[in-house]
This record gives sequence, structure tokens and C-alpha cells, in this order.
Amino acid sequence: MAKVVAVTGNEACANALRQVNPDVCGIYPITPQTDMMQRYASFIANGKVTTESILVESEHSSMSACIGAAAAGGRVITATSSQGLALMWEMLHIASGDRLPIIMPVVNRALSAPLNIHGDHSDAMGARDTGWIQIWSENAQESYDNTIQAFRIGEHMDIRLPVMVCLDGFIISHSIERMEYLEDGEVRDFVGEFKNFLPLLDLEKPKSYGPLILTDLYHEYKRAQHEVMTKVKDVVLDVAKDFEKLSGRKYGLFESYRLEDADIALVILNSAAGTSKDVIDEFRQRGVKAGLLKPRLFRPFPYEEAAEALKNTKAVCVMDRADSFGGYGPLFMEITSALYHLKERPVLINKIYGLGGRDYMPSHAELVLNELNEIAKGGKVKIIKEYLGVRE
Amino acid sequence: MKKVFSRPKSLKPTPFRYCPGCGHSLVHRIIAEAVDQLKIRTRVIGIAPVGCAVFAYDYFNFDMLEAAHGRPPAAATALKRVMPEKIIFSYQGDGDLAAIGTSEIIHAANRGENLSVFFINNANYGMTGGQMAPTTIHGQRTTTTPSGRDAKTSGYPLRVSELLATIEGVSFVERVSVDSYKNLMRAKRAVTTAFLNQIDCKGFSFVEILSPCPTNWGMTPQKALQWLREALIPVYPLGIIKGKKCN
Repeated sequence: MAKVVAVTGNEACANALRQVNPDVCGIYPITPQTDMMQRYASFIANGKVTTESILVESEHSSMSACIGAAAAGGRVITATSSQGLALMWEMLHIASGDRLPIIMPVVNRALSAPLNIHGDHSDAMGARDTGWIQIWSENAQESYDNTIQAFRIGEHMDIRLPVMVCLDGFIISHSIERMEYLEDGEVRDFVGEFKNFLPLLDLEKPKSYGPLILTDLYHEYKRAQHEVMTKVKDVVLDVAKDFEKLSGRKYGLFESYRLEDADIALVILNSAAGTSKDVIDEFRQRGVKAGLLKPRLFRPFPYEEAAEALKNTKAVCVMDRADSFGGYGPLFMEITSALYHLKERPVLINKIYGLGGRDYMPSHAELVLNELNEIAKGGKVKIIKEYLGVRE
Repeated sequence: MKKVFSRPKSLKPTPFRYCPGCGHSLVHRIIAEAVDQLKIRTRVIGIAPVGCAVFAYDYFNFDMLEAAHGRPPAAATALKRVMPEKIIFSYQGDGDLAAIGTSEIIHAANRGENLSVFFINNANYGMTGGQMAPTTIHGQRTTTTPSGRDAKTSGYPLRVSELLATIEGVSFVERVSVDSYKNLMRAKRAVTTAFLNQIDCKGFSFVEILSPCPTNWGMTPQKALQWLREALIPVYPLGIIKGKKCN
């Protein structure tokens, strides 16, 4: 029986991790993630889990410890945000290159400088190319559900890759929402026993992780990593099907919201999608065919499926809560790549919104949808990439 | 009427927003007074840490650089080498200096950089809400060691001053405290010595300052001072560990 609770996003993720009860946990605080690992430390102290915690001195060491523990054959977790993820960067590549299924909630926060502790997606977008699977979550329920599913996805014998589960700093990590917990036993059964794959300390078959491979086979190794990523989508969908049977909650590669007959659409990640859906409902009531696509699986990115979902729209705005300075927003670049192969494409614009925790208001969505409506009726695109809600 | 007391010029007229009973405002004050008395305000540049004192630049009335977590000694090295006539200090907590930035502090010290480093030890990570730091003492309860720090799983209290004193490049190391007026005056003398050493090109000077954290220790400000004296000072004894005090 599901238990209805009122909890923060951090608490929800901490409880998902508690229910899985992994072997090893690297702990290092960083706002706004701190509270998640702190709660986990309490679970350890109170005997709720049997996890070995390592209180390390930095995120670089935290991910290094996770890599060691995972190579030794453990089920391993940690969590971080912002500068912490940035400091892990070197180790992120090693975790994925060594094919270690480490599970890490990332509570999205802006990057320095200037120093800012609030929510935006710059941190995880900066880790886009690290070879990790990335799953994004709109609210506490999705953060919880995605964290549980991440174990099945990353640990799948065809995949064996690390997974980050992204949720918005403060907006989700620190806001209390109504959501449902699964029973501890249900989660345990769902994720199953951790299966080792080539653990260290095997005297019969000694092996090395991450050895020196130069021009002879490095290229092939990376090609193999690419190959594995192509299998992730199917596993994500299979795991989602099983999860739906257990929870009744349906997940896919992305969420399509009123997109079937939409003329105009927003593509937007995480919490701001919730705000946008309300505005889309209002536009629908006024007879404007508006819809929304909320990516869930960002790495690997489901290009064909996203193109299929957006192909009948006339104008689309991709909303980015991160910027690639001198380029377009990172999500925009994915969507343009996805749509390029269509014979007929919608007109695309890119808005950068909500950096450093700037509030994303329904009025922002209205502004964008009105602009899209004009474009869909044949209006011209004035600026392709524009910052939304800038204080003058 | 004769003016007998005024705010140091090196402090902006900004009310301190640290927690009640926190030691940071006292340490800010003694640094500001030392800078004024040495008449170096126009050539001092401070480096703010990541931690509670991240707002140091809101209070000090001279130029400040905000470095990434743990990196002030590396940033200070560069500032000093580029502008040797300036007086460069870093202001770091035990999360910044004794955990994530251990590498930078040891190597700046080992190079014997002509810098003044002020290290605030409050035995926990204050800003993130009281997690275990390397300086947390045996048995101390923090949010990540709710049953108390256990050396078997999370190590021993790190005595950074004693560690740095073993390095040849270091000219001065003193551990002080801000728990009483007497100790505060000693702390100010240590801060002044660290600046004077830099002015006289004597090399790396390090002042560790034991500072109360009533909020995260879960104590009243008064009780926190008592705990600092009774629990912290025995683990981190006060006094000059290396070098000599300047007169």
C-alpha cells in the first residue's frame, strides 16, 4: 500500500535511497543537496540502513570513493549540487568509462561566479558529456520515482552505467509536496539484489579498471560506450513499465502534455514544466492549441521520439534554465538536432529563463506562448535566442 | 568632547549578519583593527572563502576576491606574486582550509609564500548546517555524525597548525581563541604578527582561531564559549607553535 506523505524533494530522494539500502555512500555537504545526505546519515545512525558511509573531504574524493566502492562490487550512491558536481567532473568520466553503476541525485544549482546557491540547470548541463545517464524530475514524486528506477536502469546487465537523477534546487529540494511512498519491501523487490559484474579482488581472474589505453584501442572503447548508450532508451521504457505496474505512475522518455494536436509548444525541463502546464491549460480554454514536451531522459537524448512528438507543431520554444554562452541553450541544441531530419519542421526559438533561481512565473509562459502564437500565424521570428524576464 | 571609540576604517558600516554568538564578527573586527593600526588598508587585499564567511566582502572595507571552495591559498599566491607590494591575506574556515582545500594550503605553505592566512576553526561545517569537519573532535555530535564522531569510521581531529608547523617554508604559526577578552587581544596580536611578517617578507604566517558556533553546536552563546574552553582548547592547545611574536 502506498503511503501518502508531505515531504521535501530532498527527503523524498533520501527515503528512496533508504528503501534501496545501498552498500556504500559518499557524503559531502553542499547547498541545496546537504539535507539529503544528512538525512541519510541519520538513517545510518538510527540503524535504518546498513550502508557504509564515507565522510569525505570534497566531492572529488566523494566520487573517487564511490568509484573504488563500485569497482569493488558494491551498490553505491552519493548526491551533490553545483560546484560539487563541477569538482567531480574528472571522476564522472572515470565512473562512466569504468562502467560503474553509481546512482547520484543531483540537486540542480547555479554555478559560480558570481556565487549563487539557487536552482538552475548549469551544473548538470555541464556534466552532459560525461557519459552518465541523466534523468530529470519535475517534482518530489518524480524525484523519488526516478531515483528508484535509476538503480534498475544503471545496474541493468546490458547497461552498467552511472545515473544522475536531477531535481531543481530549493524549488523542489526544499519545498514540501504531497506525494506517495512505496512500501520498503516493494522498493527492495523492485530494484532487486545488486548483481556484481567483474568486481575487484578476484584472485582467479585478476583485472584492472581504467588502465592506460592509447591509440591502439581507446577509440574503440569510446565507440563501445556510445553503443551502450543506444540501448538505454529501451531499458528506461521497460523499467518504467514495471514501475507503472507497481505504482500506477506512468513514465516515458519524456512527458507529452496536450501535444497531439498542438500548433505551438514549449519544451521545458523540471519544475518549470509544472508552472507551464497550468498556463497551457488556460490557453487551451481560450482555444489556442498549445502543448508541452518535458524531457525526462536527457542522456541519452531521445531524438527520434522527440521529433515525432513535435513534428506537427508550427512553432516551438525551447526553454533553457542554463546557457551555453556564445551558443544556444543546451536543450535548444538537442531539439534543433532532433527536428533537423524532419521534412517539415516547426519554427524554433530559444528562451533562457530562471538562472540562479530567478522565479519562473506563469506570466513568463504566457509571454512566450503569445509570441509562439504570432509566429504560428505567420509572424516573423525577431530574435532566436533571448533571455526572459531580465531586469532592466 | 573627545572621541574615544570608533568603527575601524577597514570595516564598512554594515551590521554583521552572523548568528548570535558567532566568532566571525569578532575575528573580522580584529583583522580590521590590525589593518588600520598597521596603516595598510590601501594596500591590503583579502580572499573570502566558501562557508559562513563568504560574506566577508560585505564587511571589510577593502578589496576582496571570492575564490572557489578551498582555493584561497592558490589565489593568494598568484595575487602576491603579481603584486608583491600588496598585503594579501586569506580568511578560511575549517571546511574550506582543512577539508576541500587541504592541498592548496599545504603547498602554499611549502612554497613559503609570503602570505597571511587566518583559519577559523569551529569544529564543524557551519554554513551547510553543522556537518562533521576534519576538525570535529572525538565524540562530537554533528548532523553527519549524529551519534558522535567515531575515529574508527571518520578519523581524528585534524590539527592543521601542528601539521603546517612541520613545513620548512612556514615562518609563523599560532593558535588563538576568541572566547574571552584576554584571548581576543592575543588573537589580535597574532593577526598583527602575521601581517608584520608579510610586510617584512618573512614568509608564510598562519593563525588558527578557535571560534564558537552556538547555532550548530546547539548551545547558547555563553554555553558555546564554555564548551570551546572545556572541550575544544584541550584538543587544540593555544599558543605559538612556530616562529616568534613581533613586538
